[in-house]
Amino acid sequence: MADMRTPLSRVIGLGSAKSGAHHFWLQRVTAAANVPLALFLIASLVALSGADYLTVRTYLGHPLAVIALLALILSGVWHMRLGMQVIIEDYVIAEGLKTLSLLLNIFFSAAIGIACIYAALKIGFGS
Amino acid sequence: MVQLTLPKNSTVTEGETFKAAPGAKNVRRFRVYRWSPDDTANPRIDTYEVDLDQCGPMVLDALIKIKNETDQTLTFRRSCREGICGSCAMNIDGENTLACTKGIGEVKGDVRIYPLPHMPVIKDLVPDLTNFYAQHAFIEPWLQTKSAEPEKEWRQSHDDREKLDGLYECILCACCSTSCPSYWWNGDRYLGPAALLQAYRWLIDSRDEATGERLDALEDPFRLYRCHTIMNCTRACPKGLNPAKAIAEIKKMMVERQS
Repeated sequence: MADMRTPLSRVIGLGSAKSGAHHFWLQRVTAAANVPLALFLIASLVALSGADYLTVRTYLGHPLAVIALLALILSGVWHMRLGMQVIIEDYVIAEGLKTLSLLLNIFFSAAIGIACIYAALKIGFGS
Repeated sequence: MVQLTLPKNSTVTEGETFKAAPGAKNVRRFRVYRWSPDDTANPRIDTYEVDLDQCGPMVLDALIKIKNETDQTLTFRRSCREGICGSCAMNIDGENTLACTKGIGEVKGDVRIYPLPHMPVIKDLVPDLTNFYAQHAFIEPWLQTKSAEPEKEWRQSHDDREKLDGLYECILCACCSTSCPSYWWNGDRYLGPAALLQAYRWLIDSRDEATGERLDALEDPFRLYRCHTIMNCTRACPKGLNPAKAIAEIKKMMVERQS
């Protein structure tokens, strides 16, 4: 059926979502946080290169190391979720598939984040 | 998903070749996109050989010469022929620009001419800009005030007036918006760089009293935040304006009013 709406009506659509600034700001905050935290991770990987499990566990048993790792997981996963949301909104046009993809994005990010936190805590506090 | 390939009825085919007059020495080939709504044929690329010794220096000169002397069915918009009306915006040699200010000498080899990308085509090089103009109307590009009307004009300092430089010169040619991938994929909801540049032109105008309402209307994941700073808009603008910076300034204003 032909769309009889005026061009302006089509542009107005459902109106402003009155959101977007918060998402934009959080993406920048997590990006800024990721820079030093990723450098910490790279430095740790280099320092621990070839180390055995006991050495790694001792390293992650230090409060500063495990806190930095947890911060990286939280910030990185949050940043990933925000970024993947933008990509889905960009390229998935069909409303149903878009909603489903956004839902899966949240679940996927949560699962990755929880699994990473569990692993870090297990190594850090594990016996 | 977004459509990354052309549908079958949009696949471009090879068209006719129109040879230059015998004896022409300085010949350039113009490969021009053709499509007519009057038949069911696919779009085609016609080739016109033009004697540059008998032609003006700009791509628009060649198009007018082709239309006058070779093929009267060739359809394109043009008006001022000096880069101020924006009518002859098209894709030349892979870049959106104005045919009247693009020198033939700037193009190496064949001159490939297409309509502005990713817009519905009305005929040949004429795109349908209805949605583009509606987006411009949507941002309400006029002064809005609530204070009592002054006896004379709304006053503005020299410094505040200077803030409008680089914004008010936009000629609405649509080169920027139609060069933007975000606009290609979501042009129905994303306002695009041209409309957002004009939105910023009124947001930054010291005389305007609707700043909050204007920002409210723009605060939307699609209307404003589909801009991912790709910068095609700034590169394409034939007037040398910077829509990407204007959009970044709007995003800064959005953050400023929340903190």
